[in-house]
Amino acid sequence: MHDMSAHAVQHGAPTSFLRKHVFSLDHKVIGKQYYALALVAVFVGMFLSWLMRIHLGWGSFAIPGLHLLSKTGAPGDVMTPEYYLQLMTMHGTIMVFFVLTTAPFAAFGNFFLPIQVGAEDMPFPHFNMMSFWVTFVAFLVLVASFFVPDGPTLGGWTQYAPLSAVGSVSGPGQGLGVVLWASSIAIFCIGQLLGSLNFITTTLDMRTRGMSLMRLPLSAWAWFITSVMGLTAFAVLMPACILLILDHVAGTSFFVPSNLVINGQILPHSGGSTLLWQHLFWFFGHPEVYIAIVPGMGIVSHVLITNMRRPMLSHKVLIYSMGSLAVLSYMVYGHHMFVSGMNPYSSLAFSFPTLVITIPSAIIVLIWLGSLYGSKLRINAASLFALGFVSMFISGGISGFFLAQPSIDIMLHATYFVVGHFHLVMGVAAMFGIFAGTYFWFPKMTGRMMSEPLGKLHFWLSFVGAYCIFMPFHYLGIAGNVRRYQAFTDDYLIPLIPVHKFITIAALFTGAAQLIFLYNLIHSRFKGAPAPDNPWEGTSLEWSTATPPPHNNFGDTMPVVYHDPYQYSIEGASTDFVMQTSPEQLKNPHEEK
Amino acid sequence: MATTVHEAPKIELDRLPRTGSGNGGWRNLVPSDGDLRRIKDHSPMPASTGIWVGLASITMTFAAFTSALIVRQGGAPDWQHISLPPVLYFNTLLILASSITLEAGRRDVARFMGGLRGRVASPVRWLYITLFLGVLFVAGQTFAWLELRSQGFGLSTNVSYSFFYVLTVAHALHLLGGLGGMVRVIAKLNKSVLRRSTLDATSRYWHFMGALWLYLLLLLWMKL
Repeated sequence: MHDMSAHAVQHGAPTSFLRKHVFSLDHKVIGKQYYALALVAVFVGMFLSWLMRIHLGWGSFAIPGLHLLSKTGAPGDVMTPEYYLQLMTMHGTIMVFFVLTTAPFAAFGNFFLPIQVGAEDMPFPHFNMMSFWVTFVAFLVLVASFFVPDGPTLGGWTQYAPLSAVGSVSGPGQGLGVVLWASSIAIFCIGQLLGSLNFITTTLDMRTRGMSLMRLPLSAWAWFITSVMGLTAFAVLMPACILLILDHVAGTSFFVPSNLVINGQILPHSGGSTLLWQHLFWFFGHPEVYIAIVPGMGIVSHVLITNMRRPMLSHKVLIYSMGSLAVLSYMVYGHHMFVSGMNPYSSLAFSFPTLVITIPSAIIVLIWLGSLYGSKLRINAASLFALGFVSMFISGGISGFFLAQPSIDIMLHATYFVVGHFHLVMGVAAMFGIFAGTYFWFPKMTGRMMSEPLGKLHFWLSFVGAYCIFMPFHYLGIAGNVRRYQAFTDDYLIPLIPVHKFITIAALFTGAAQLIFLYNLIHSRFKGAPAPDNPWEGTSLEWSTATPPPHNNFGDTMPVVYHDPYQYSIEGASTDFVMQTSPEQLKNPHEEK
Repeated sequence: MATTVHEAPKIELDRLPRTGSGNGGWRNLVPSDGDLRRIKDHSPMPASTGIWVGLASITMTFAAFTSALIVRQGGAPDWQHISLPPVLYFNTLLILASSITLEAGRRDVARFMGGLRGRVASPVRWLYITLFLGVLFVAGQTFAWLELRSQGFGLSTNVSYSFFYVLTVAHALHLLGGLGGMVRVIAKLNKSVLRRSTLDATSRYWHFMGALWLYLLLLLWMKL
């Protein structure tokens, strides 16, 4: 065995501070770094949303100190219309890329995928380290745009051309701000591609003995499916960003049409296609929705099963449904472009798969509900947030049925109905998935338990608060309230202002409730009760190892897997749960043929 | 941590699934009877999978550029047909030749690692030639860009030129990655620490760059 040992150890335990805590090759440290980045990003994003909501509710209210963020954007501490759009753009970009992509996929996936497959680490640790630091640089580049003369871009997280490609003539932040935005996203893409490369090879090549693909937990499957999506989607967004940057800095005309006049100025570009940007962006953009939500599906399934003490109605159908979502997500992107002026037959072609994609979504939801029905669910913060995820996904998903049909979408497009839809189904649902994962895995990640009472309080305030914020959005949208307006001065909008005030108050309270989570997280990290190795009596491999796991994840002996991942309440078994590594022979194991 | 390999777990092989049962990471490349003589290459399998995954990603990137070119060309009033610099055809020969020399190098390295040291004078010779041809290719591409610029055709002259520069520069940047990989392979071979899978992965990448260039040349020739 001597010869093998030289090859079995990928990298020894680090000894220097830099290698241990900063430029670490350990997937667990990298996972925590991603989590920390997402935590900073989510509070920055939430803070921006508070500023926007205050402005929408009370437009003339001077927010003390706002001028410190931008003298020109907030003279007298009241934000200008342009600055509102700049904050909105940064809120969307930070939340979608640096929170919803980073936390459920890169953070939890990095920490737990190698452990759940039974590996010592990811196969390319240096790429893994680079993926985090590249993402960190991308975040810095994006935030840097707050400090350039014109401030950040105001074009929205979708950066529609031509206004995003013509420079500062189209508004403050549309020059250097867009270049920084596009550079940040292109850099972010590199980080995600490196990460996806590691995730895919870890799943395919690093599984321990006995760990067949179907024996992988649902969370591992979700990360694998997401990494395949990430590999293809970010590989398309990156060239799109490069072309956008070239339109800015090199005077090319990829996205800017001829004879365009903006603010009385004829632009020198010629022949560019504004729709080209939308095609490239949404080819990434719609899979991105699933990149944000599929990891949550896996995490929530994993959490629910552990707390239900029984597997899902069908392990395989759930996996196939998540896979179907991934495949279909590339065929539906045109539904974001129903009113873009593209050929109406294209709308029809994109509408059909958009309706079809509701089938695997519905199957997943039905499996969750069917499995929950009659189960004696253990109620804790993790399972509550998992239930909250299911609730948000259903609520947000139902409004998707309406938007999938071009005839209705023409009315609802660019209204608050859409804002309510995607915030529930993609934003809040994914956030609840992150919270479920945090409460569930925190003990394994840190060796300490989080406070359950505080976790439950956090859940109920967040659950009620999220509905108070985002349900009224649907009403506003149906009433014709267009999104991205910074003030509501039209006659038909003025009666809706009280609704906006209500939403603002709900947003402030719900945001404040997140401070409970932050306190719980930080306090428990240092003062929480010591966590046992398997506090939730789980069966998958992360619960087979020490808490927190050693450097090589499993210590002296690599695990061998004998069972499907969720052997709970097995008749005749010695305990309520049988670990994947248990050699115990089961008479009636949960195994799908 | 001195080592992570200790007593092997007692494994009941008949209770493991027969197909897709996981390879156990790197260590379980060892056969169940532990006979290391049956192992020809201890190197990790992920290098092989990883290179395919990486190539898939690069394929998607160039597919995106291609679709951008086609969409941009459709109905564009400003599309101009341009003459490709003749040096590109010479460069094509260089990159094709580099694939041949790389295969010759791989054969020599295989013989060298297979115990025929005495009969292979210098397995690294062909790899140096491949590296040289690769550098020449990049130099040739640079010559093409400079030639066009000297004629007044820059990146923003016309969208056809924009695509020409974007596609060729993107390819050259990827090829530089291949050159870096080739330098790494040569360095490892000189230190006698080269794994076969590293060479295989680098070769796959290199050949892919050649095939990608042929595709791009065809695309540029047809569309520009």
